[in-house]
Amino acid sequence: MLYSDTVMDHFNNPRNVGVITDADGVGEVGNPTCGDMMKITITVEDDRIADIKFQTLGCGAAIATSSIVTEMAKGMTLQEAAAITKQEVADALGGLPSPKMHCSVLATDGLKAAVEDYLAKQGREPISSKIESADPNFDPHAH
Amino acid sequence: MTHYFDYAATTPLDPRVFEAMTPYMTEHFGNPNSLHAIGRDAFRALETARESIAAAIGAQPEEIVFTSGGTEADNAALLSTLWRIAPEGGAHIITSAYEHPAVLEVVEWLGKQGHEGTFVAPCKDGFVHAEDVAAAMRPDTRLVSIIMANNEIGTVNDIAAIAALAREGGALMHTDAVQALGKIAVNVDELGVDMLSLSAHKIYGPRGIGALYLRRGTRFDPLIKGGGQESRKRSGTQNVAGAVGFAQALELVEAERSKESPRLAALRDRIVEQVTTRLENTRATVCEGVRLPNIAPLLIYGVEGEAMLLQLDNAGFSVSTGSACSSGSLAASHVLLAIGVPQEIAHGSLRISLGRWTTEKDCDALVDALVPVVERLRAMSPVYEKMFCATDE
Ligand SMILES: Cc1ncc(COP(=O)(O)O)c(C=O)c1O
Ligand SMILES: [Zn+2]
Repeated sequence: MLYSDTVMDHFNNPRNVGVITDADGVGEVGNPTCGDMMKITITVEDDRIADIKFQTLGCGAAIATSSIVTEMAKGMTLQEAAAITKQEVADALGGLPSPKMHCSVLATDGLKAAVEDYLAKQGREPISSKIESADPNFDPHAH
Repeated sequence: MTHYFDYAATTPLDPRVFEAMTPYMTEHFGNPNSLHAIGRDAFRALETARESIAAAIGAQPEEIVFTSGGTEADNAALLSTLWRIAPEGGAHIITSAYEHPAVLEVVEWLGKQGHEGTFVAPCKDGFVHAEDVAAAMRPDTRLVSIIMANNEIGTVNDIAAIAALAREGGALMHTDAVQALGKIAVNVDELGVDMLSLSAHKIYGPRGIGALYLRRGTRFDPLIKGGGQESRKRSGTQNVAGAVGFAQALELVEAERSKESPRLAALRDRIVEQVTTRLENTRATVCEGVRLPNIAPLLIYGVEGEAMLLQLDNAGFSVSTGSACSSGSLAASHVLLAIGVPQEIAHGSLRISLGRWTTEKDCDALVDALVPVVERLRAMSPVYEKMFCATDE
């Protein structure tokens, strides 16, 4: 199992690490039992993601996918951000080893959860499909 | 320069071993089964290696079957004997829940072939207790296989006590001594085992060679059939250079063991002591009883093992986060779960293993590198404070 150079770059120098204190939306996914947990905070301006930060507990792939998804999402509309797929994340990283594909679910789901949290606070309708990893019993390794 | 802390996964070939082996790949290249002089040369070398390995573990030369390594020895020990003693199925087999996959997977498979496996849980202290094996024994128990020294946490089981139970119950006794060899005494009569698995590459020998000790008279149907080499117990032209290297490696570890094992144990304890004092929320996975001198098993709460491994690798330190064999799988280590470590903590395991070329300076450098790695990863975690630092509530 080998990680691409891009994965290692994002793992070693993760972008947008941290927490936005006055965030407009917060997404928390994963559970400690399966080993990977992620928290994304966003600020929103004109329905676009103005700022985004993440915190992740997890393997190399979990950290790298979290990092790149924040780069991808910054500046996107909420619709675009919520529609990012795990395959797009993996492709942006130059591929992920197949046993690690599940880890990218966390990154896209964390982002969706943050978007939905923002929409819910605004009293607006959800736009994402079901967020599996927001379930406290979700186990990505079962996939 | 890389600092290697993964000797339990594999070891570099000792140059003295390499030197002993090379003639058997070049001028003495013969097939030991050929009758001509070149073949006889190879035959003599093979048999000398067999005698030397047998002597080191208190066995007779004819009780040593060369194999392709520890995995094959484990497979042969379980499958070859059961085919003979219970060809129709229906045998009860006792093993432990924290065996190496080379045993665990075989017993699981046997369970689907009409036999029945019982996986005795080791205790929280990291040992398989003889009384738990006794409780699992049944009139139809035909085979007991318990690992001598665990490859992830280094605990050394009381095989002699367990073997006595097996014998009393009329069952064959096997132990996987791959990690134990060269670090502690391994003597087949003191242990009272019928079968014992060995591998050369954990003791500075070459990869791809190991041996099964098979007590004389043990009924056995060869796993690998063919030309009938190894007294019809393991077909295939023997790996003479490998066998010579294995024997040389074993002679060296045995000659150095009385000095080397205490040296490694002191380094092991130094690492555990420094890590647990310098980093909060860390502990040795096991810390009591007889343990291998060269494995420091650690639990670093609130950090994922692979992330730690990769960052240490960047800093030039090779470690493992469990069994190297299981690093392709994503589930928390079956060994840690078997000894009752909670899942969320098992993800943060680190196996630091030491060997012939590990120095005190290396160990201190490793700890110096580990501390900032753990601090950085914990600072990135969304839950570290919440899970492990909740104080006055
Ligand atoms: C306890 C144990 N048994 C068996 C094996 C397998 O040995 P080999 O790599 O020689 O097949 C190993 C090493 O990976 C081990 O640690
Ligand atoms: Zn992962």
